[in-house]
Amino acid sequence: MAYNKRVDGRKLDQLRPMEAKAGIIPNADGSAFFKIGKTIAYAAVYGPRELYPKFLQDPKKGIIRCHYSMMPFSGSGERIRPGGNRRSQEISMVMDAALAPVIDLSAFPNAVVDVFVDLPQTDAGTRCAAISAAAIALADAGIPMKDLISSVAVGQVDGTVVADLCYDEEAYDAIVSDIPVAMTHNTQEITLLQMDGEISKADLIKALELAQKATGEIYQLQVKALKEKYSGAKNDYQ
Amino acid sequence: MIINKETIAELARQGKRLDGRALTDYRQPIKIETAISWTAEGSAKVQIGATIVMAGVKLAIEKPYNDTSDEGGIMVNAELLPLSSPEYEPGPPGRKAIEVARVTDRGIREAKALDLKKLCRIPGEKAWFVTIDIITINDAGNLFDAASLAAMAALKSAKFPIVDETTGAIDYKHKTNQSLPLLKEPLGVTVYKVNGSFFVDPSTEEEQACEARLTVTSDEKGTISALQKGGDTPLAIADIDKMLDLALEKAKFLRKELTKALKQ
Amino acid sequence: MIKEREIVVPGECLAEGLDYLPGENTYREGDKIFAKVLGLTGISGRVLKITALSGPYVPRVEDKIIAKVIDITMNGWRMSTGTAYSAMLNVKDATTRFVNRDEDLSKILAIGDYVVVMISKVTSQNLIDLYMKDPGLHKISGGRLIKINCQKVPRVIGKQGSMITLIKDKTGCNITIGQNGIVWIKGEPDKELLAEKAIKFIADNSHQEGLTDKMQAFLGGADHGLQ
Repeated sequence: MAYNKRVDGRKLDQLRPMEAKAGIIPNADGSAFFKIGKTIAYAAVYGPRELYPKFLQDPKKGIIRCHYSMMPFSGSGERIRPGGNRRSQEISMVMDAALAPVIDLSAFPNAVVDVFVDLPQTDAGTRCAAISAAAIALADAGIPMKDLISSVAVGQVDGTVVADLCYDEEAYDAIVSDIPVAMTHNTQEITLLQMDGEISKADLIKALELAQKATGEIYQLQVKALKEKYSGAKNDYQ
Repeated sequence: MIINKETIAELARQGKRLDGRALTDYRQPIKIETAISWTAEGSAKVQIGATIVMAGVKLAIEKPYNDTSDEGGIMVNAELLPLSSPEYEPGPPGRKAIEVARVTDRGIREAKALDLKKLCRIPGEKAWFVTIDIITINDAGNLFDAASLAAMAALKSAKFPIVDETTGAIDYKHKTNQSLPLLKEPLGVTVYKVNGSFFVDPSTEEEQACEARLTVTSDEKGTISALQKGGDTPLAIADIDKMLDLALEKAKFLRKELTKALKQ
Repeated sequence: MIKEREIVVPGECLAEGLDYLPGENTYREGDKIFAKVLGLTGISGRVLKITALSGPYVPRVEDKIIAKVIDITMNGWRMSTGTAYSAMLNVKDATTRFVNRDEDLSKILAIGDYVVVMISKVTSQNLIDLYMKDPGLHKISGGRLIKINCQKVPRVIGKQGSMITLIKDKTGCNITIGQNGIVWIKGEPDKELLAEKAIKFIADNSHQEGLTDKMQAFLGGADHGLQ
């Protein structure tokens, strides 16, 4: 294990400081702010609403449609040209797959629930932050779900299995493996699993077990964000 | 879905507004935060009532244009995110986004707010190009004013990144202490006319009931650098006179808010 | 085991064992009952249910709603109800008077008009048929419309209409609440605004107890707050 000390001083299983809030975009049916380290995601849910084009409509169930997008000033280098690219399209698709399994789609036939996630600043773990934010926003919107989905990246840096890689770890000058994971809470089942880099099977299993613990921490934060929204009385009506 | 158009017009005739505000009042709270994006060279988040808008400044080194070989450049882009309203769909900027971008752009450009010559590094070869991206988070009306305020706050708080003098490479992760060469602080105020009354800071419903609007961009001295009239109804010169007065007065108010925020 | 009036998130475990039955917005898996939406727990005998704090309007027959005309067809008007599903008001269900075949329907209801209507039919795919022939169902004119989340409507109405009656009495406004969360308020502009604030207050604080007292205080001493 060559990588003993993490670049930012964290323990191997330690997540970066996190923050989450629900209901921060008044126009949306549900919304959330999610921050992990220096990665921030805003999520807004609109729907169920009419689905166009019509041929996509399914009389038995609705669909969930995620739209992931990085703001032009959110990349770690040059400005990102607006307009989406293949990476954001792929992330949108894996977000759909990560969230749909827990949603009761039969509750809104022929309709769509749109989930928009936009990031003003990033430092790795973006698709995971997007999914965690989206899950809060979906609950905030009153969409019927069996469970919340929590997501975080795990991986290995130079032979050491770690949780929540930051950009400098993803770019570390050694063999690195970056594994975004999303899980349900009750059944501990995986709904998102991707990997790039190199890893042994043994380390991969170790990483997934670490992901169980890590997503558990994300879950606690998501629950807190949702319940906090209703914890006080709202009195500013002057 | 809801538009209380007739009621807004009737109340306007009486000099009143749907939410009980005075015609010349901005919504509360007004919050201006800078450095909200560590990846941007300068950034700001502005909240006016329920409207929330972000602006981010990115700098790049490029070859100057042929006809201005000793100048850098500036461009303003705006995205009305589907995140921010049920009315917006994913896709390229629509007319509303383009108008917000161009009105904000003209206000800054025509005021010569940025000393473009100071952005030049090597005449004819390299100059700084400044791009401001305005992004809506919650559109509850009055994007023009919020965008202008956010753009100015982002520009004022922006810092140049470190440039490796040998390779010319920009180290975006480390900033210098050097601010952008800002000569002026133009801010836009949009005045709306409905049923004989003039008001500022419309909610979404008030915008939809609008007959005509005038965005006036002015600097600290009260010099007007850009104008944009919108809406289907024509304006008399007497109207414009009144709207200019109101806009210049409210620009002072917004400028005070901006100064207050940047001090913190 | 959760208690009454707790806020729970989707997937949160409410009870274990077969003593309890899964009610509205809950589901059973194995011997546990879980919440299906973000909401307030409710225990009614052996039945556990969740009252949602947000969520879409589910159209039901005989619901009174406020809808907006978005299109005029050969036989009537297509309406937006603020949901994913469109609604039709047929000419024959709109008025008791005889309407000529070539009568200009926009003279009765134009695009952009708002109406108070009743749902007469809901298909399995949530397509809605509307009805406007009874008194109390009509086109809306004047006043103002506001939107609250439809899940809050029962709280705004109150037990046997007590809350909404309180607001009407104290503000002197006519108030019509659509089950789809759209509310029509008509009265003096200042009083309309007061009623709007009162309704939004209830909607935002619907998960709290003691709202009636808070409302009395809000409306009673209102003139101080209103400039």
